[in-house]
Amino acid sequence: MPAVTQNKGHYYVPQPSPYPVMLSLAIFLVAMGAALEVNALKAGPWSMLLGALILVYVLFHWFGSVIGESEGGVYRSWEDRSFRMGMVWFILSEVAFFAGLFGILFYERNISVPRLAQIDPGFTLYPGFTAAWPSAGPLGKPFSTVAPWGIPAINTLILLSSGVTVTWAHWGLKTARRGAAIAGLAVTVVLGLVFLGLQAHEFYEAYNRLGLTLASGVYGATFFMLTGFHGLHVTIGVIMLSVILMRCIKGHFKPDQHFAFEAVSWYWHFVDVVWLLLFVFVYWL
Amino acid sequence: MNAAHAHDAHHDEHPRGISRWLFTTNHKDIGRLYIGFSVIMFLVGGVLAMLIRTELLRPTLMIPPEIYNQIITVHGLVMVFAAVMPATTGLANYLIPMMIGAPDMALPRLNNWGFWLLPPAALLLVMPFFLMLFGIGNGAIDTGWTMYAPLSVQGGMGVDFAIFAIYLMAMSSLLSSINVIVTIFNMRAPGMSMMKMPVFVWSWLITAFLLIAVFPPLVAGVTMLFADRHFGTHFFNAAGGGDPVLWEHLFWFFGHPEVYILLLPTAGILPHILSTFSRKPIYGYKAQVYSFWAIGALSVVVWAHHMFTSGMPVGAQLYFMYSTMAISIPVAILFFCWFATIWQGSMTFETPMLFALGYIVLFGVGGLTGLVLSDAVADQQYHNSYFLVAHFHYALFGGPVMGIIAATYYYLPKITGRMFNETVGKWHFWQTMVGFNLTFIPQFFLGIAGMPRRIPDYALQFAHLNMLSSIGAYILGSAQLLLVYNLIQVMRGVGKKATAQVWEGARGLEFTVPSPPPYHTFETQPVVQ
Repeated sequence: MPAVTQNKGHYYVPQPSPYPVMLSLAIFLVAMGAALEVNALKAGPWSMLLGALILVYVLFHWFGSVIGESEGGVYRSWEDRSFRMGMVWFILSEVAFFAGLFGILFYERNISVPRLAQIDPGFTLYPGFTAAWPSAGPLGKPFSTVAPWGIPAINTLILLSSGVTVTWAHWGLKTARRGAAIAGLAVTVVLGLVFLGLQAHEFYEAYNRLGLTLASGVYGATFFMLTGFHGLHVTIGVIMLSVILMRCIKGHFKPDQHFAFEAVSWYWHFVDVVWLLLFVFVYWL
Repeated sequence: MNAAHAHDAHHDEHPRGISRWLFTTNHKDIGRLYIGFSVIMFLVGGVLAMLIRTELLRPTLMIPPEIYNQIITVHGLVMVFAAVMPATTGLANYLIPMMIGAPDMALPRLNNWGFWLLPPAALLLVMPFFLMLFGIGNGAIDTGWTMYAPLSVQGGMGVDFAIFAIYLMAMSSLLSSINVIVTIFNMRAPGMSMMKMPVFVWSWLITAFLLIAVFPPLVAGVTMLFADRHFGTHFFNAAGGGDPVLWEHLFWFFGHPEVYILLLPTAGILPHILSTFSRKPIYGYKAQVYSFWAIGALSVVVWAHHMFTSGMPVGAQLYFMYSTMAISIPVAILFFCWFATIWQGSMTFETPMLFALGYIVLFGVGGLTGLVLSDAVADQQYHNSYFLVAHFHYALFGGPVMGIIAATYYYLPKITGRMFNETVGKWHFWQTMVGFNLTFIPQFFLGIAGMPRRIPDYALQFAHLNMLSSIGAYILGSAQLLLVYNLIQVMRGVGKKATAQVWEGARGLEFTVPSPPPYHTFETQPVVQ
């Protein structure tokens, strides 16, 4: 145990840490590399690679030290409350991000496309353009959309089930049945991976069979931007769930103290809810 | 890391040299980093402003127009994101834990990360300019700080760098907002109920809410912009069914609340200063807190008043006009409370007080001219003219920058333990006031006479007023060197030692600890009666 006096009014303030500034450096290298890369400069990929390596190194060590502190018992209920609030407000910022993406979808669909079709035919660059959704715009190539009741519906079932299994795992952890916790988490990770596989297959089909690409006017752009960012969040969620699974197997977490588990499950449920909205507004309606 | 090494930093010892600043988890160190960074970027942005006014000194071209465009754009982005925002965040980091009796910020390592994202972001912003000097690309972003599509879709590599800079700044702002919110909700000393918190803390809480609500949609927006530039999407292109006006919506949904994100923290620090030098308690605490809430709520529903000339249905124009005008009500309540705070007080006019009073006067002009611009009909004439530039600078220099300078002078003795040179401070104030008004009053007239903004050259009839404005700008710019002088002097330890209370009328927890405060302020939390 650490040699600190844990009086009631004591809050754990960590020692100076090299990881935050290293993480900033990593992100800087990745960002600079990406900006150079899209402008076809040779240094770009190298900068991104170096940044990514530092990023992975820092994530391992920073999270490692936090896990060490957590298992060392330096976090009490006061610190725990800070972490919970921090995670809640982080997820709220993610909500604001997806709200922005959905706002873009609704704007394109309900304002910009209809308005383009209403311009006086005598003045418009695009005579004969009608406001229909899905739309590739006046000059876009024709495409077909992904049918909602195929893979997307299966994916909905998969994500909803994964919400159930992560709750099952949580229940196992709370009632000190570690086997149930590990099994629940493992199933959740597998379901997440299956979802990602199906989503990748769907993107492949869209590009190669349906003619639906990023360049398919506003429909293609919003479709891939929304589902793509959701897929990115699922990927991050699967990585986080895998870490939690490892920790469970190693015997971490207590029935009454397992913030990291809960934070990840909140995130997973958030990703789940976003998918339901996606299914309704992007695939179905 | 082994659990045995996980001991925390609650002793007064800290690493020396550069690693102290790179690795710190201490809210005061991080606050000072923010403020120092802000001062440097304020000078960078100021030099760019001097270049702008030098170009406009006479109706001729001195700077190539494409360079001029880069200068005005980077001036705007640097001042908003790298000078004013870090300054208020620095004050939050330094002051909030002390004001509410907290041991530190709630999430110290994330706090450090939040700061260290900013210098790389500023570097990304200016890097393409220097790449251009080596023959790579065509310079920094040159679209104006609003980055309107389709100009920004067609722009050079500077736009890409600016997009990534915005990503980093967004991360930094979200981290500091989350930290502020969690600190306020979770770290208050026993007895420090929400409605006993200092006004400054309340103002920052609302600011943090705003940042979390409006920064992510801008991140979504710049991502669309990036996709339009490089991945063949048509978000802002009518040929694919998109709409360039969508960018304006996305930008201003962020950009308008951003004005209040800059303003609110300084509107929160102002009552403290007014009350101290009037030797009276703050008037209308509750009214001010509720006004912050009202300003915060209204600020996210008025964005399209920046777009009256972009084409909107009449109903939408009316809505955005009236909702914008409605913001003047909570702002007027704040003004009323400020006046009532100093009313019949035994006032003295030390430098912080002078800047606080200057804030009221200049921001008052900014607010009133804002009402003129919010009129959808009148705006057809004022839009994109120098009237707007003058209004904007009265609102943003007169408000946030004056407030930040006032707060800097007010807390400088607390932070450094030394009193600054009062005479130099007073000179700084008066030269700033004269220079600022001389710079921007002529611009109101230029705007009404029809001079558009963002042009490097202009018609001959605007020559006299522009020269006046440029002379004012040189006075204003050189005045800031007096602030730098004062900062350097106190950092060198020149000047009288400051007492714990610093100012005779100062109240609050931060004035109960010595100046400078110990490395960790409250090892055991104070109990607030």
